[in-house]
Amino acid sequence: MNGLSTIKTIARRELASYFTSPVAYVFIVIFLAMCGIFTFLLGGFFERGEASLVRPFFDWHPWLYLFLVPAAGMRVWAEERRLGTLELLLTMPVTAGQAIIGKFLASWLFLIIALALTFPTVLTVCYLGKPDLGTIFTGYVGSALLAGAYLAITCMTSAMTRNQVISFILSVVICFFLIAVGWPPVTTFFSTILPERAVDLISTFSVLPHFAGFQRGVIDSRDVFFFVSIVVFALFCTGVIIRNIRSGN
Amino acid sequence: MIKVENLKKSFGTKRAVDGVSFTVERGEVLGFLGPNGAGKSTTMRMVTGFIPPSEGRVSVGGHDLVEQPLPAKRLIGYLPENAPSYNDMTVGGFLGFAAEIRGLTGDAKKRAVHRVVEMCSLETVLHQSVDTLSKGYRHRTCFAQSIIHDPDVLVLDEPTDGLDPNQKHEIRGLIRRMGEKKAIVFSTHILEEVDAVCSRAIIIDRGRIVANGTPAALRQQSELSGAVTVKIPGVSSEQVQERLKGVQGARSVSVVDRLPDTAWVRVYPQTQGQNGSLAREVALVVAGQGWKLEELHTEEGRLDEVFRNITKSDNSKEQRS
Repeated sequence: MNGLSTIKTIARRELASYFTSPVAYVFIVIFLAMCGIFTFLLGGFFERGEASLVRPFFDWHPWLYLFLVPAAGMRVWAEERRLGTLELLLTMPVTAGQAIIGKFLASWLFLIIALALTFPTVLTVCYLGKPDLGTIFTGYVGSALLAGAYLAITCMTSAMTRNQVISFILSVVICFFLIAVGWPPVTTFFSTILPERAVDLISTFSVLPHFAGFQRGVIDSRDVFFFVSIVVFALFCTGVIIRNIRSGN
Repeated sequence: MIKVENLKKSFGTKRAVDGVSFTVERGEVLGFLGPNGAGKSTTMRMVTGFIPPSEGRVSVGGHDLVEQPLPAKRLIGYLPENAPSYNDMTVGGFLGFAAEIRGLTGDAKKRAVHRVVEMCSLETVLHQSVDTLSKGYRHRTCFAQSIIHDPDVLVLDEPTDGLDPNQKHEIRGLIRRMGEKKAIVFSTHILEEVDAVCSRAIIIDRGRIVANGTPAALRQQSELSGAVTVKIPGVSSEQVQERLKGVQGARSVSVVDRLPDTAWVRVYPQTQGQNGSLAREVALVVAGQGWKLEELHTEEGRLDEVFRNITKSDNSKEQRS
C-alpha cells in the first residue's frame, strides 16, 4: 500500500468521524448563522449599497475562525490520545507523517465544506447587483487558506494534550496573536513606541495583511507562501510533539 | 519471527525495561507475566513499534522496528492494553478502516471483515457504534482488528482483561488455535491462562526477566512441586504427621488443614522431582499402619506460588507501565 492511499484512508475515516457525531452539524449551523449575522447585521451588507462581499463578509472571517477553527480541530489528536487509539493508529503500517497529513487534510476539507455552504450569500449579492465574481473567488481561496493555517496550529496544540479544552485555549491564543500583530489598533499602539520599519516587520507575521490581498482579488504567491508555510511549520511541530509522546519524554 | 535483544527503556530517570531479550518462533505462544508496572506493556509497545527503545533492538520477520518500521508493522497484529477503538465508528466501519489501512480493498476487504466478525462473534453488533457496546464486545472488536490481515505475528496486551468467563474461554481457544501457525506474545496476570494457552512463559519483574520456560518447567520451581498430599479418615493429623516424618526421601511434613476426624497432611520431598518414589513410600507406610486412604496425590506445583516467590520483591509499588 503506498503512502497516498494510506493518507486517503486516514483522511476518509477522519472526515467520516465528523459527520457521524453531531459535531459537524452543530459546527456548520453555527458557522453559517454567525456568517449571516456578521454579514447582514453587523457588516451592514444592505446599508453599504455596493455589490461586494469584501467588507461585510470576508472581513469577519479572521475573527470568526479564531474561535470556530480551534473548536473544530481541537479533538484531532487530543481525542486519539485520550481514547488510546493513537497507539493503535501508529502501530498500523502508517508513518506519523501520513497520519498527520491525513488528519489535517480531512479537517481542512470539512472546514472548506462549511465555507462552501455560505454560497447563498454569493447568490444574494448576485441577485441584488453585479459583483466582481473574481474577487469573490479569490476571497474564498484566501479564506480557505486562512482556515488551513488556523487549523494546522490547532492540530499542533491538539497533539500537546489529552485535554480538548486546553488545546482549544492554546490555539485561540496563538491564532489571536497572529491576528493581533497586524490589527490596526495594535499596530497603531506599536508605532508609538517602535520605529516604523519594526512595526512593518512585526505586522508581516499577521494573517490580516496577507488575507487582505485575497480580498482585493489578488492571489499573490507571497501571501500563498505565507499561509502554506504556517501550515507546514505547524504540522512539522505536530510531528515533533508526537515523536516526543512516543518516546515518552 | 520476533527477536528482542537487550531491550531497555527509561522514562526520565525511571527504568521501565532493563535488558529484556527473547525470541518467539512461528507456532509458539509466549505468555508474558508480571505484576502491574513490571514493564510488560512498555515491552509490547516497543515490540510493536509504538515507542522506540532507549537501547537494544527489536526485529519482526527480519525487519528492524526502528529502521524499517513499515514492513515490520505489516506483519504484526496488535491489541493494545484496554482495547482502544474509535468510539464514534460502527463496528463494521472500524473493521473496514483497519482492513483498508492494511492494504485490503474491495472483495478482499469484505472477506477479511466477514472472517473476523465470524471468529469473534460480532455479527449482532456489526452496525452498532462502538461507544454503545459493552466492554466484552468492545474488547472483541479491537481483537478482531488485530487479526484482520491474518498476521504472522500477534501481540496481545491483556487480551482477556474485562471479559466474562465464557468470553475468556473463547478468546483463549482462539489464541491457542491461531498459535499453531503464528508467533504470538500475550501479556496477562491471570496464571491459569498460561496453563491454558502458552507453550512458553516469561516472568518479568521491575523490567527484568526473572524466569523463562515452559509452564511445566516453571511449575517445578514451586516448593509444592513433588509434594505428596494424603487424606486419611479416622486418625488425627498429628499422628499421621509423626509417622510420615520418617518416610524415605521426605524433608518435612505439614498439616494442610484441620478437618474433623480426618488427617490431611502434605509430605515435602528432599529434592524436587522425585515424584513417583515419594508417593510409593508414603503409600507403603500408610498401608503398613492399616489406615484407610481416602486420597493420595502428587502435587504438580503451582504457578501462582512461583510467581509470588519470584516477584514478591516489590509488588506494592504500583506504577503505570
